[in-house]
Amino acid sequence: MNKEIIKIQDLKREFTMGNETVHALKGISFTIKEGEFVTIMGSSGSGKSTMLNILGCLDQPTSGTYEIDNVSVKDLSRNELATIRNEKIGFIFQSYNLLARTSAIENVELPLLYNSKVSTEERRKRAIKALKMVGLGDRLDHTPAQLSGGQQQRVAIARSLVNNPVMILADEATGNLDTKTSYEIMSLFQDLNKQGITITFVTHEPDIATFSSRTVVLKDGNIIQDTINNNIQSAAVELAKLPNENH
Amino acid sequence: MRLLNLFKIAFKAIILNKTRTLLTMLGIIIGVASVIAMLAIGEGSKESIRSTISSMGSNMITIRPGADSRGPARGSGGDVQTLVFKDYEEIKNNTKLINYITPVVNGGGQVINGSNNWPSTIYGVNPDYLKIKVVDLQSGSMFTDNDVKTASKVALIGQTVVDNVFPDGREPVGQMIRFNNIPFKVIGVLEEKGENTFGQDQDDVVIAPYTTVQKRILAIDYLNQIMASAISEDDAPDAVVEVTDILRSQHKLSLAEEDDFSVRSMEELISTFSSTSEMLTILLVAVASISLLIGGIGIMNIMYVSVKERTKEIGLRMAVGGKGADILMQFLIEAILISLTGGLLGVILGLGATVFIEKFLNWPTSVAIYSIIVSFAVCAITGIFFGWYPARKASALDPITALRYE
Ligand SMILES: Nc1ncnc2c1ncn2[C@@H]1O[C@H](COP(=O)(O)OP(=O)(O)O)[C@@H](O)[C@H]1O
Ligand SMILES: [Mg+2]
Repeated sequence: MNKEIIKIQDLKREFTMGNETVHALKGISFTIKEGEFVTIMGSSGSGKSTMLNILGCLDQPTSGTYEIDNVSVKDLSRNELATIRNEKIGFIFQSYNLLARTSAIENVELPLLYNSKVSTEERRKRAIKALKMVGLGDRLDHTPAQLSGGQQQRVAIARSLVNNPVMILADEATGNLDTKTSYEIMSLFQDLNKQGITITFVTHEPDIATFSSRTVVLKDGNIIQDTINNNIQSAAVELAKLPNENH
Repeated sequence: MRLLNLFKIAFKAIILNKTRTLLTMLGIIIGVASVIAMLAIGEGSKESIRSTISSMGSNMITIRPGADSRGPARGSGGDVQTLVFKDYEEIKNNTKLINYITPVVNGGGQVINGSNNWPSTIYGVNPDYLKIKVVDLQSGSMFTDNDVKTASKVALIGQTVVDNVFPDGREPVGQMIRFNNIPFKVIGVLEEKGENTFGQDQDDVVIAPYTTVQKRILAIDYLNQIMASAISEDDAPDAVVEVTDILRSQHKLSLAEEDDFSVRSMEELISTFSSTSEMLTILLVAVASISLLIGGIGIMNIMYVSVKERTKEIGLRMAVGGKGADILMQFLIEAILISLTGGLLGVILGLGATVFIEKFLNWPTSVAIYSIIVSFAVCAITGIFFGWYPARKASALDPITALRYE
């Protein structure tokens, strides 16, 4: 049996705005095992991002427990959380969040700059390797402005990979991309998953979910469905089926 | 996180915002440049005053009759007759700190040589005078103690007098001149000294034995001045005290009575002047410091804008593992780099301005090394001080809030 990467128990997150309290997560529990490719689905406002941010140690739950790689996150300091984010997690955002006027390679190197164990040469080597993995080996010195949306998201994926994280968290990573580019990105995620990387992928597009091994559906801060997908589609195959708009 | 990486990040941010950074630096640049130039001017004038005064004889002590003219006025020194030959003798016999001393009597009159005449001043002194005033002779020789004893009618004249009463360029030594109708034999010509700090022509003088001047020209039995020179510059202040003590007991002044004479050293004069120019320097530096302060506030302002503008970037850096301390250091280093670069450019500009002032305005300047070091230190402190608060604010951001910031 694969080890558990993520284990959450009765997780709640409340936001207080003035005298009103928003219950974004109302007590959810689940585990994600190593090697899984989980999509989190749900309508807008259902709490997907809130949950992912907690999983990514960017935000803290109001109550409940969260263990990542057998480490209880609740007791960690700000600095320790930063180290977890740096060494165990790769985060991908809907809006890419690349540094402007900064080359692809420097963007990918960024997490390693905050890891004192990695030397300058090692950093460069790993950044190049990550960019090659996402198919941008020939775009090392391009700045975000010189790259398409899909390419920018690939740079962001390379950045999430560069620290050899135990899992990748993606929040609507294909949300800003057209279908074809989305499928290309999904195909990339499937490849990475095959290499053993655990992926948690937030989306509200049902077709995207068909590429994953498990789907969790949120509604109003509760899990209403958690199903194993026995019929995983290949994004590469689906991509080939798409009508070719260039002709 | 290694410091070198933070330097790289901060450096990159500066490079990406060249124009803005340069404009931010402008305050610091101008501040530092003016501090350096102002201090150079201050130091320069101080040095030039010191060297002119020293050339007049830095060990020199002058004793005048009448109370200290620096205090409330008590009648002008010229009319007071409290200084007599006995005072001179008393000082000469009892001093330990003075090596040359001369009585001085002086008066104005006409110098006449044939049809040439020229208004000048005659100083009656003894042979020590040349040593006290640090004057050499161009030609001839000084009169002797014997000339003083016999009240010889011999004189030495300055270059201005030579130019005016010997216009044909004849050698004056050995010639006869008349001062207020008393004939004198010229036995020497004083070396040219030019104008002193107060614009007085030091070459417009006639020097003769004080006995001769006292008896034959002025017909007085008191002295106008006593001039002396301390063994060394360092001894001058003590010599002043010593002379004062000797004269007070000679004049039989009780403790309650004030001095009826005044003793001043050149050293004192120098420090009076120095302190005036020091005041000026302090003022100039104060003004320059204000511009440095304004430069610092400029840095704080731009760092604030920078933190605000880059909130999302800060969020991202935190999301990929940047710690609060990393973010703090990044912005702090950025602020320090801006202020130090500004400081460096300021030093260069300040040195350039100093050279310009010296060359084209002909003001004496002297760049003090300490002003450069202090400016740099101030710049670094300015950077830390004004960069701290914005950097601190950036580091305290919550990663998710920062990431969501639009
Ligand atoms: N920082 C916040 N402050 C207040 N309410 C928030 C905050 N973040 C999220 N919420 C609320 O929590 C709920 C879930 O939001 P979110 O997780 O972003 O939804 P999703 O990503 O599924 O669209 C929403 O009602 C949203 O308004
Ligand atoms: Mg969302």
